[in-house]
Amino acid sequence: MRFTRGFHRRSGQDADPARVPPGQYVTNDFPVLSAGPTPHIRLADWTFTLRGLLDTPISWTWDQLRALPNETVTVDIHCVTKWSKLETSWTGVSLDTLLDGVETAADYALAFSDGGYTTNVPLADLTGGKAWVAYEYNGDPLDPVHGGPARLLVPHLYFWKSAKWVRGLELSEAEVPGFWEGYGYHIYGDPWKEQRYAGD
Amino acid sequence: MERAALRRRLNWQIATVAELITETPRTRSIALDLPGWAGHRAGQHVDIRLTGEDGYQAQRSYSIASAPEDDRVVLTVERLDDGEVSPFLVDELRTSDELELRGPVGGYFVWEAACGGPLLLVAGGSGVAPFRAMLRHHGASGSAAPVRLLYSARSLGDVIYRDELMRLAENGEIDVRFTLTREQPAGWRGYRRRIDQELLADIAWPPTERPLVYVCGPTNFVETAATALVTLGHEPGRIRLERFGGTGGSA
Repeated sequence: MRFTRGFHRRSGQDADPARVPPGQYVTNDFPVLSAGPTPHIRLADWTFTLRGLLDTPISWTWDQLRALPNETVTVDIHCVTKWSKLETSWTGVSLDTLLDGVETAADYALAFSDGGYTTNVPLADLTGGKAWVAYEYNGDPLDPVHGGPARLLVPHLYFWKSAKWVRGLELSEAEVPGFWEGYGYHIYGDPWKEQRYAGD
Repeated sequence: MERAALRRRLNWQIATVAELITETPRTRSIALDLPGWAGHRAGQHVDIRLTGEDGYQAQRSYSIASAPEDDRVVLTVERLDDGEVSPFLVDELRTSDELELRGPVGGYFVWEAACGGPLLLVAGGSGVAPFRAMLRHHGASGSAAPVRLLYSARSLGDVIYRDELMRLAENGEIDVRFTLTREQPAGWRGYRRRIDQELLADIAWPPTERPLVYVCGPTNFVETAATALVTLGHEPGRIRLERFGGTGGSA
């Protein structure tokens, strides 16, 4: 290990180290990261669609999504730009609910969003109580800056996988790299293995 | 998959501090010797890793402020008073110190001569750092793309790369406009307010000329600029953003 002369841990960091993945620091703020302008869509025009490798696409309108059973979860989130935020509270619909009864041979999903953003996630990482379409943060409607009206929430992966302004999933047999994945970020993005960039 | 699999792994490498330049009371540029550096594109960033004697490690990302054509990789760091890494880099680091670094990272917030123009750069505070890489690359590559830089700073004393920007502006190579949001020198003829739609309408080429726009700064600054530009009719797909800090940023 190569020490940095004169550098030491700042005192007063009291986060449980077991909850902070390698190379991350805990922030109480809620930083924002997105590559393009924040899209604004009318809820009347909003849909969430499953398409690709299934017999017919399935869509929910905003009202239909909101009528589905929801869950409120408290999770830690980890951004590849190094910040982690602990104990964040989200409300939304579990992907288990949306994928329930869907017949597909797909192993992968490419989440797509307003503004053209995409990110790829294995289907197995979206099921089993691990992922949601979230529309509330701390009990309030999700701010557009943070991905409102709804974003994907996949907290066990780096947060770029939690696509803001999500509008659906494209299901496929093969993994298709999304936006940041195409720019050299890791295809999977496990924060605990520090999979930030391709090859990590 | 293939595209990703072909990339080389980004390994940590040792950078030696060759020179430290105080830019403003809050910011310092760190010029690094990086043997074997594979090169970068203007707008990319690097990760820095610091290790304390107890093994504690901290990583941060910093934009590269030097052009691909420059001799050294330069980072410009602003001290965040409650920060853990930036006070060390701005106040404690000395020449000949070593840092662990890996990169370059990122490929979207990049401008190369081949991207063309007109090129509009909108900087808030230390968000000017990647633009310095783009401006130097613009000069070094002999690009004919017209460039405008709108730079929002608290005061003239907070303007990073002031002499260099003034020189570029005086030579007519680029069009530089400042807005000083907190304190203006006597006789100041530039803007004196936070950016807003009217200010951007003043400075930006009309949307019909399809400028390529890059915005970098604190979150609120970037959000304000991006929203104003879209409202003015600029194509969202030609507006590229880089933000730092939380939602409570300033400048």
